[in-house]
Amino acid sequence: MEQQRQASSLGMWLFLATEVMFFGGMFCAYLIYRYWYYPEFAAGSKTLDIRLGAINTAVLICSSLTVALSVRAAQFGKRKLLVTLLVATILLGLVFLGIKGVEWTSKFEEHHVPGYSFHFEPQPNAKIDPQRIQIFFSLYFAMTGIHALHMVIGVGLFAVLTFYAWKGRYNSAYYTPIENAGLYWHFVDIIWIYLFPLLYLIDRRK
Amino acid sequence: MSEHIVSTKLYYAIWIALLVLTGVTAGVAFIDLGPFNTILALTIATLKAVLVVLFFMHLKYTSERMTSVVVISALFWLLILLALSLADYSTRALGVN
Repeated sequence: MEQQRQASSLGMWLFLATEVMFFGGMFCAYLIYRYWYYPEFAAGSKTLDIRLGAINTAVLICSSLTVALSVRAAQFGKRKLLVTLLVATILLGLVFLGIKGVEWTSKFEEHHVPGYSFHFEPQPNAKIDPQRIQIFFSLYFAMTGIHALHMVIGVGLFAVLTFYAWKGRYNSAYYTPIENAGLYWHFVDIIWIYLFPLLYLIDRRK
Repeated sequence: MSEHIVSTKLYYAIWIALLVLTGVTAGVAFIDLGPFNTILALTIATLKAVLVVLFFMHLKYTSERMTSVVVISALFWLLILLALSLADYSTRALGVN
């Protein structure tokens, strides 16, 4: 059993390594364009709501705590506590997605979504090419969008796990699914930990 | 992993540290530090990621050494991807103007 759990956990870490590569491609594109189009990236970044971004970071950190505590609850075989913590995690994940939805909606309203209706009014006498800002927003939507997709998958995973936990499937001898879903959730949290400074805090200096 | 159970106190401490670091990174972004703004932001993000990986993901306590190998190789490939790509793009004039 111990070997099975270790093998299962190692498989999850391997999957996360492929996920690092998956997100790495986007981070690489981001770095190259940020290097080339820094003024445009700074201008685009300033239009993002830093408060909502920071709140979402805090929400995700709280959800990581509830996940870590839920693994512990499973290790002790505390069924009610486990279910409560998993539900809390799902709720925090939904809060994150809700705030993200609010942010995206305002981007649509401001015509900051790349495409035909894209419109950006740079500050006068700023040497900024609005076309290049579209690249910033393309990366913004790609990175936060893929990240949000991972969140949706994570919420779905935890919904299934909550059901099984409620049925009493997990105990101190068997809690591998909780542990592995937890690893996935923490990984998604780490991606956001990097996305927050890279997208929201490019040039906030006054 | 390997039956290691982390105390709730430690979890709460890590949680508080992560929240404080989030506040610090958001606050420091408004202070003009020149090129160090970006460096500091990424350092804080990396510090947070290390805290999550070591304590929330139990890497510090795992008895399975292969896990560390996987983590290090993932970071190594990421480094190759970013470093070699940037070595190319940062040394050509194309796209700058």
